[in-house]
Amino acid sequence: MTRYDLIVVGAGPAGLSAAIEAAKRGLKVIVFDENAKPGGQLFKQIHKFFGSKEHKAKIRGFKIGEELLREASTYGVKVELNAIVIGLYLDKEVTVKQGEEIRHYKGDTVIVATGASENMITFEGWTLPGVIGAGAAQTMMNLHHIKPGKKILMLGTGNVGLVVSYQLLQAGCEVVALVDASSKVGGYGVHAAKVARCGVPFYLSHTIIRAEGEEGVTGVTIGEVDSRWNIIPGTEKTFEADTICLAVGLSPMSQLLKMAGCHMVDTPGGVVPESSEKGATSIPGIFVAGDVSGIEEASSAMIEGRIAGIAAAEYLGFIPREEMKDHLAQLEVALLSLREGMFAPENRGKIIEKTEEGIDISMNLLKMGYLEEEEVERFPGVLNTKGIHPVIECTQNIPCNPCQDACSRKCIKIGSKITALPSIDESKDCSGCGLCVASCSGQAIFLVNEEQEAGYATVTLPYEFLPLPSKGDKGIALDRSGKEVCKASVLEVKSSKAFDHTNLLTMRVPLSMAMKARFFVRQEVC
Amino acid sequence: MKERNDRSVSFGAYLPEADDGTIICRCEEITKGEIRRAVHDGMFTLTEIRRYLRTGMGLCQGQTCGALVKRIVAKELGVSQAELEPATSRAPMRPIEMRILGNERREA
Amino acid sequence: MRIEEHPILGKLEERAIVEFSYDGQTITGYEGEPISVALEAAGVRIHRYTKKYHKPRGVFCAIGRCTDCVMVVDGKPNVRTCITPLQEGMSVQTQYGVSAKA
Repeated sequence: MTRYDLIVVGAGPAGLSAAIEAAKRGLKVIVFDENAKPGGQLFKQIHKFFGSKEHKAKIRGFKIGEELLREASTYGVKVELNAIVIGLYLDKEVTVKQGEEIRHYKGDTVIVATGASENMITFEGWTLPGVIGAGAAQTMMNLHHIKPGKKILMLGTGNVGLVVSYQLLQAGCEVVALVDASSKVGGYGVHAAKVARCGVPFYLSHTIIRAEGEEGVTGVTIGEVDSRWNIIPGTEKTFEADTICLAVGLSPMSQLLKMAGCHMVDTPGGVVPESSEKGATSIPGIFVAGDVSGIEEASSAMIEGRIAGIAAAEYLGFIPREEMKDHLAQLEVALLSLREGMFAPENRGKIIEKTEEGIDISMNLLKMGYLEEEEVERFPGVLNTKGIHPVIECTQNIPCNPCQDACSRKCIKIGSKITALPSIDESKDCSGCGLCVASCSGQAIFLVNEEQEAGYATVTLPYEFLPLPSKGDKGIALDRSGKEVCKASVLEVKSSKAFDHTNLLTMRVPLSMAMKARFFVRQEVC
Repeated sequence: MKERNDRSVSFGAYLPEADDGTIICRCEEITKGEIRRAVHDGMFTLTEIRRYLRTGMGLCQGQTCGALVKRIVAKELGVSQAELEPATSRAPMRPIEMRILGNERREA
Repeated sequence: MRIEEHPILGKLEERAIVEFSYDGQTITGYEGEPISVALEAAGVRIHRYTKKYHKPRGVFCAIGRCTDCVMVVDGKPNVRTCITPLQEGMSVQTQYGVSAKA
């Protein structure tokens, strides 16, 4: 048996962060992960993260993963891969399968950061090849560079369902529909909007009746549900599809903690250990961090990890209590700011009708995945000023503020509360640099110029697809719902390292389309 | 749904449902109907169902069906899921070959 | 289908191509990628037929959790193809129940 000051189970965002903080303070640390590669789900996250600078906002998940691994190696954190923890006992003894044998380890503290597993839902044909979890789709396309299918139907409009749908489009798959039994889109409106404007239809209050096919998925039949979740006869619709992707939520993987004897609570979000704000469980010396203690985002998991790592260091006497308190106070402020806004944990399941600013929420965004033109103008990021100016279609209070930092001319204001809606300062002049467009993790910022040329307007939009259109290309502009609205031509496509793969596509459209056209599709002219 | 698992009150007889044929435990190929019927046969806890039907006893060790079985059993008993006796949690946490499980490293 | 170039992740990195046998037929894949990925690229989605009802199954979780993608690899049944790296000369067979077809 080998002894460590700290054993961390799980090398995802929470586990690595915990190990780093503990190793920094002199603890002898070992991290076990059952996978062949460290980083947990971070390396499948190719979108830009939300939050503010301190949460690594506007950096793509896999880049954050690379940074964490570098930091871990700087502090000498030992990560054992393909190491499956098969048991955790009351006295903090851990049994691990490594290679062809079982090894015993003793930790004076243990941090469990095992993350979550995907929930599933059953319907006729759900065991057919071609029905996969959303996580499987992400693993296949973002780690192994293979399309999970050609025509895919996504079930679930939480952030996972929305983000993975967008990633499927980026991988070159067709998403035939986004379906959710709930009557409202569950994830961020901005995530929904960027999928909707590509032309993916949303079917809220619908569920899968069956997967069609004998030897694999060939189609899927959905139907509308009533308020008691029963299918309304006559509403059935069949799509041709070879893949069905399930994104119906996550559950904490907390079995190890239960096995160790920690007090567990059965919550609507899954079975979780009772834990303090430091991550301490009912067993002294066993801590938790990340999704295993309740499902949140990777950004919060990293902060929880750092908190638990520092708490473990204090528990073993490596740092005085006062020092811990100072560190934790700062980290808690960062954590709390991520837990604010409409999607805060305490708001789960609540119907919110107005923003913090008292503006009516867009109901179309919640039901169809996009904003209607007449709704857009009531939000503070949308102003019809002269010349080139940003149009910020950010309409929900989510913890995110990179746009404010991106603008060197201070045109965009969010203020100190990061969930506030961005507003435009008319007195400041927009230079048209486009940094705000590229910095918006929700891809909700456009540059509009209604005065460049008589009768025409230019619209600059974030574009993250291949093939990348080029100057002079002709095509069609789509509106927020993905409907073709007018002819458009590409005036410019800007790519820069600072934009981090978000290209800025500027198209010319008729003047009347300035506040309608939001996406571009190239069309070969014969 | 009741908050308490009140055993003095009958939860009714087994009534067939249209989707009873749906596979719930993918590894052992156990259907929803079999699970519902097991409750009426007197299996009230997840552990009892597991031993009676082998749900969650296959290769994946209940990774996928655990939560699904819990929902079905709770609904059949007419209680909230939190009220069900939780499933046991014991080593090994992942499927593992017996020759490896028995191969403990000897250290000097 | 492989993603040759990705708007965020860039071009596929060069990797060694290896040959392996799938139900007696020789196909290729990249060395070290999961067996299931090479099969998907070759259009193979059915990994096994179940023991009781003889129903087809394929990749479901892709991270080694659900065990639906198991096949007979080099004569050994119940191998999770989604997390087992592909190597030159491997024999991969569809699993029927708990064994390859006799």
